[in-house]
Formats: sequence, structure tokens, C-alpha cells
Amino acid sequence: MNKFTKPITFFLAIVAPLLIVTLVLRQPAPDNSLLDRVRAEHPERHKSAVDHSKFEVLQKDFTNPHEITAACLSCHTGRGEELMHSAHFNWEREAFIPGRGVTYLGKKNLINNFCTGVQSNEGSCMKCHAGYGWSDTTFDFKNPYNIDCLVCHDNTGTYKKASGGSGYPVMGHNGPDFKAITASVGFPKSENCGTCHFEGGGGNNVKHGDLELALLTAGRDVDVHMGVDGMNMECVDCHTADNHVMKGRYYGVSSTNTQRLHCEDCHTSVPHTESILNEHSIKVACQTCHIPVYAKVNATKMYWDWSTATRKKDGKGYETLDKDGNVVYTSIKGDFVWEKFVKPEYLWFNGTADHHLITDKVDTTLTFIRLNTMNGEYSDRNSKIVPVKVHRGKQPYDTHNLTLIQAKLWDSEPGKGALWVDLDWEKSLEEGMKYVNLPYSGHYDFIDTRMYLPVNHMVSPKTEVVTCRECHTRTNGRLAGLTDFYMPGRDRNRFVDIAGQLMLLLSFLGAASHAALRYHAARKRNTTANH
Amino acid sequence: MTKYKKAYVYKGFERFWHWNQALLIFILAFTGFEIHSSYTFLGFANAVKVHNLAAWGLIILIVFAIFWHFTTGEWKQYIPTTKNLKAQAEFYLFGIFRNAPHPTKKTVISKLNPLQRLVYLGLKILFIPVMVVSGLLYMFYRYPQGNNIEIINIGNLEVIAIVHTAGAFILLSFVLVHLYLITTGHTLTSNLKAMITGWEELEEEVAEEEKKPAFPGKGEKEQG
Repeated sequence: MNKFTKPITFFLAIVAPLLIVTLVLRQPAPDNSLLDRVRAEHPERHKSAVDHSKFEVLQKDFTNPHEITAACLSCHTGRGEELMHSAHFNWEREAFIPGRGVTYLGKKNLINNFCTGVQSNEGSCMKCHAGYGWSDTTFDFKNPYNIDCLVCHDNTGTYKKASGGSGYPVMGHNGPDFKAITASVGFPKSENCGTCHFEGGGGNNVKHGDLELALLTAGRDVDVHMGVDGMNMECVDCHTADNHVMKGRYYGVSSTNTQRLHCEDCHTSVPHTESILNEHSIKVACQTCHIPVYAKVNATKMYWDWSTATRKKDGKGYETLDKDGNVVYTSIKGDFVWEKFVKPEYLWFNGTADHHLITDKVDTTLTFIRLNTMNGEYSDRNSKIVPVKVHRGKQPYDTHNLTLIQAKLWDSEPGKGALWVDLDWEKSLEEGMKYVNLPYSGHYDFIDTRMYLPVNHMVSPKTEVVTCRECHTRTNGRLAGLTDFYMPGRDRNRFVDIAGQLMLLLSFLGAASHAALRYHAARKRNTTANH
Repeated sequence: MTKYKKAYVYKGFERFWHWNQALLIFILAFTGFEIHSSYTFLGFANAVKVHNLAAWGLIILIVFAIFWHFTTGEWKQYIPTTKNLKAQAEFYLFGIFRNAPHPTKKTVISKLNPLQRLVYLGLKILFIPVMVVSGLLYMFYRYPQGNNIEIINIGNLEVIAIVHTAGAFILLSFVLVHLYLITTGHTLTSNLKAMITGWEELEEEVAEEEKKPAFPGKGEKEQG
């Protein structure tokens, strides 16, 4: 009996508690039920219950796009009303912004540092409006027949809006087969969204950097969700709509923490097996680690310098291309810097944003003007670190009135002051400001501006996530710019570190010299004893 | 000439505790300073993992050690005394070079000289608790937000991290000096052997005092 006492005591006193503690500390497996359901349901594509080719109302040779909308709305009653309340049609949202009150802001009236703004340029810009005929301030937002259903719901891929056509499609001989288009309408495909969201800013991937045509054909290495060799998801699989109001926000134009789309909606807020990674999700957005780089296929515009526009060669405008075929200078727009495989910059963001309005004064003592301010800081409990593309620009402002200037860029004919036609800044700025009905002193210069565009797409496979050391490092880490908090591995208290090292050194020297003295004394004693 | 007699000074658990604590503190310091970005060896993620595991190991060990100290009465070994304190300091500063005898006699019931008593008491009631508490806060510290995760609301990691780092430097300095002081026993290796086997040769006359009640410093003669 006695010989078992020791092992039993050992087991009870040491092994059992260790086992219990290990079991208690064991981390539960993440709950993937939501994701599994999404995965299971995804391949079941929605099939229309009706065959649109059988509808009499669509058996017409349409010559006027408004008639197509009327035909749609004759069955889909109420949908027009829905769209007339959506940002895709109104290009503005009602939003409360602290310090400004209730605002009505959007692409309709905000200044940016790409083409500076749509006002006075509607004829061209409205190629991306889900409507027909927005060519100037007289456009009727209350007329449901001004809605363009097809730009989103065409599933043939043949529907095209005309360039400089105020949102009207190409019709007639050069136009597509509208019977085929109306016969096969359905849920928007990624191509539909892409016509505007991939080519915003004047070309593929110019604006966002993480949204571009390559997403339609690339593999999982570019985007795990949309990769053709993976789930091959469509935009609307995540960007679901409720009565034509889409989920998802772009904070170049949005202001409030509503209607957002979150990775957590499918992946939950505790998706990792390791709890230390889940803890990160309290202060770090998923995108921060899971989108190590963007613009993985084609370059994106990082810098746009309007001040060099209007240069001429032999009395004419010209273009310069880089070796990849990107325009790096054009007389109508100025100088560009393009980049590929861009590491995002990082900001604290709580889901709310403010915007620099065209009526706001510019502070010329600042090194740059923020056109949109994404709010957030470490101490704000709603803030997380998010990746952003920072688009730097140099754009015209009124040196006397100290406001940014809306330039008139486009017109269908010369002599109307459009910069892209006449290559004349003075006239362009004058006409632009006249259009928005704001004072212009006639004196202008160019000022540095920045826009902050959250990076949410081009999520990388998990093998390529940002590693710990890319942030937890003393110098040049990804988060080197976010200095309002203590991060292990990056931050330290200089005094404690120097004092600590000094203490270690002194301890070592103290021990070493004590040992040397002892050794010396012992030898001396031995020699004396031997004599 | 002083006579020496073998005595069983360090019990089985005591040695188990001592060496495991030594190993864990070594692992903690090594991984801790990697997390501090002082060097790269295991990689940040692994260093964090090993550091946290070793921390739990040390905490469990400490719980057992506390239980052991109180049930065996060994905690009394750490009651500080000023008796012989000066003599002990003088021994390390001067006497040791003249091969003078240790001013404090080591016995089974009073293993520690007055300097050791002070230093180990400091470790037990100040430095190790500070490291354990700051370490636990470091581990369970949550940013002020709920999510699905249990929280301790503290606004900032900075103070916790700096205290933990400062404590690490102090502990490491202790270890350095402690390692050297191993050699200052009766012979160069007698202390080390004692902590490995439990047995040490103690001065005979003192060993006889075991029968008397334990008072710090009781029965110890000052000698030059």
C-alpha cells in the first residue's frame, strides 16, 4: 500500500491540477456555423421565378430608355419609389455630423481630389448615375422614369451608357439588343457594379485600388471571396440590399456609422482558434491583418497633381505613359503617380466621417487639407484600426476667398470653359464656380489635399496575412504612425530600458570584479602558505 | 578547526520548486525580452505563446510553494533580522577575501543569512507578486470594449507594460548576482551541490542547536 502513496500523491498534487488548469484554459473552437451556412447556400444561385422574355410589355423596339423604366415599373410597382430614396440615385444622404448638424452630402456636392467634383461636369460624370438625363441642376429626382434599371440589372453584359451622355445609354444602330437585355434581367452581377465602382476616377482601379476589373477573373490569391478558383462570390453576396438600399459604405462620401457591412456579419467577432488573435479584433479591424497589400494586379493612382495640367506640346495637349501603360502625365489632368502592391496606411476609425465642404475655408498654414476626415482614436471604444488608401492630390483653391474650387472639366463643345476641351485654367475655374453659385476671386493656386479611402477588398488567403512582427516592431512597423497607445514590441520606456540595462551591466561587473578579487586573494594566500 | 557534518537542508519539494522556478524564470526572461523586441529568436507569436505558458506554469508552482511554506512553517526562514546584517555585508565586502569564516552559521532551521532573508523576502512579497499581478493584467487586460470577450477595463497598457519590464530587469539582475553567489559557500560548489542533492556539510556545533526553538539568528556566534 505504502509504495503507491507517492505516485498517488504526485498525481493528485501535481498532475491532476495541471490537467484541470489545461482543460479550463483550453480554447473553444471558433463557431463557424454562420460561415458554413453561407458556404452551403452560396452555390444555390437565385433563379428568377418568371421568364421576362414572355412579358408583352417588353416586346417592343425601345427607342427611349425612359420607356424601358416605365415598362419595368408597370409590374415592379413601388421599386421606383425605393430607388428614389437610395444613394445610388440621389448621390447624397441625410446625415447628422457633429458641428455641422443635419447635412445632405454625397457625390452630388462634395469636393474630391480626383476630378474635383461632379458639379458642372454632369454630362460626363453621370455615365455612372443610375439614372437618365442628369445633365445639370434641373434634373428631376422625383420622376421615377428617370431611373436607369438596366445599368444594375442587365445580365447580358451588353448594356453600356454613352460617354458624355448624361447617363443615357447608346441606342439605335450602335446600341445593344434591348429585347435580349430586358428578357434576361436579374440580380446585379459583379460586372454591373464594376462598371462604376471599378472604374471610378476615370479608369480601371484609379480610385479605390482594391476594386478593379481583375477581380472578375483573378484567383483567390487576389481576393479570397471573389477568386474564380474559390467561392467566386458576387458583390451582392455580401453587399445585400433591403428595398434597394445596399449595405456598405464608402467614407469618401458617407458620414455615419450606419448601413455598414462587416466581415463579422459572416465570420463572427471571434473567428480565430487562438484567443489572442480574437482579442485583437476588439481594436483591430479584420481588414488590417487580412489585406496586407492592395492593387495586386493593376496599379492604382496614389497622387494627382492638377497644377501641371494645361501644358502643351506644339500647341496641343499630350500624354505620357509609363512602361506599364499607365498615364503619368496628361495635359487635361496633370501628373499622376501610380503604385502596385501598395501597403495600406492605417487609421483609427469609428465609422463616422466629416468632409471638407466647398464652402469651408482652407487653412493654408496646414501642410495639407483633409478632404474627408475619418474619425477615431485609441481611447474611443468604438474605434478600430483600419487600413486606408491615402490619395494625395494638389488641386486648385481660391487664394483670396480661401476655398477649394470646383473646376469645370467637361463640355460637349469648345469655348464653354471646360478644361479638358480648352486647356484654360482661368476659364475652367470661373465657369465651375459660377455653376455652383459660389464666389470666385479670380486668384487661384494649388494646395495639397488628402483623401482617405478605406481598403476593404482584395482580402488575401490566410497564409499571407500580416505577421505579428510587421506591427510589433521597434521601427518602421505598419502601425508606426499610430502613436496614441502602447504596443508591445514597438513601444518601450527609454528610461526603464536604459536603467535596466545599466543595472544588469553593473550586476555583472560587480560579480566579475568580486570574483577576480577573490581569485587574486586566494592565490596570494596560497603563495604565502607555501613559503 | 570546525567540524562538519552532513545535513539534509533542502527537502524534495523545495528543490523541485527551486529548479522549476529557475527554469521558468529563465524561459520567461528569454521570451519576454524577445516580445520586448530586444532580439529575435523564436518569432514574436511563438515567444508570446511560450511566455504565456511558462507564466501559467510559474503561477501554479507559486501556488504550491505558498502552500508548502505555510504547512511546513518554512516561511519563518524569511523573517527579516538586523542581527549580523552588518557583519554579513562586511563579510562579502572584506572577509571573503581573507578567507574569513561566514559570520552566520547555516542550520536546517535557519538556512538564510540576514542579507538573504531580506533579499528573498523582497522577492517573495514584492518583486514576484508585482510580476505576477502585472503579468496577469497584461494577459487579461482588455481594451475598453465588450465584444464577446470577458473584460477588465483598463484604459491603457502602458503602465502595466512598463512595470512588467522594469520588474523583469530587476529579476534578471537578481539572477545574475544569485548565480555568482552560488560560489561563495563553504567551498565553491557546496551551495550548488546542496541545492541539487539536498545535502550539505554544516558546521557540527551548529547542527546540534537544531533541538532548540527556532529564532532568527539564535545561537549564532559572531566570529572574525
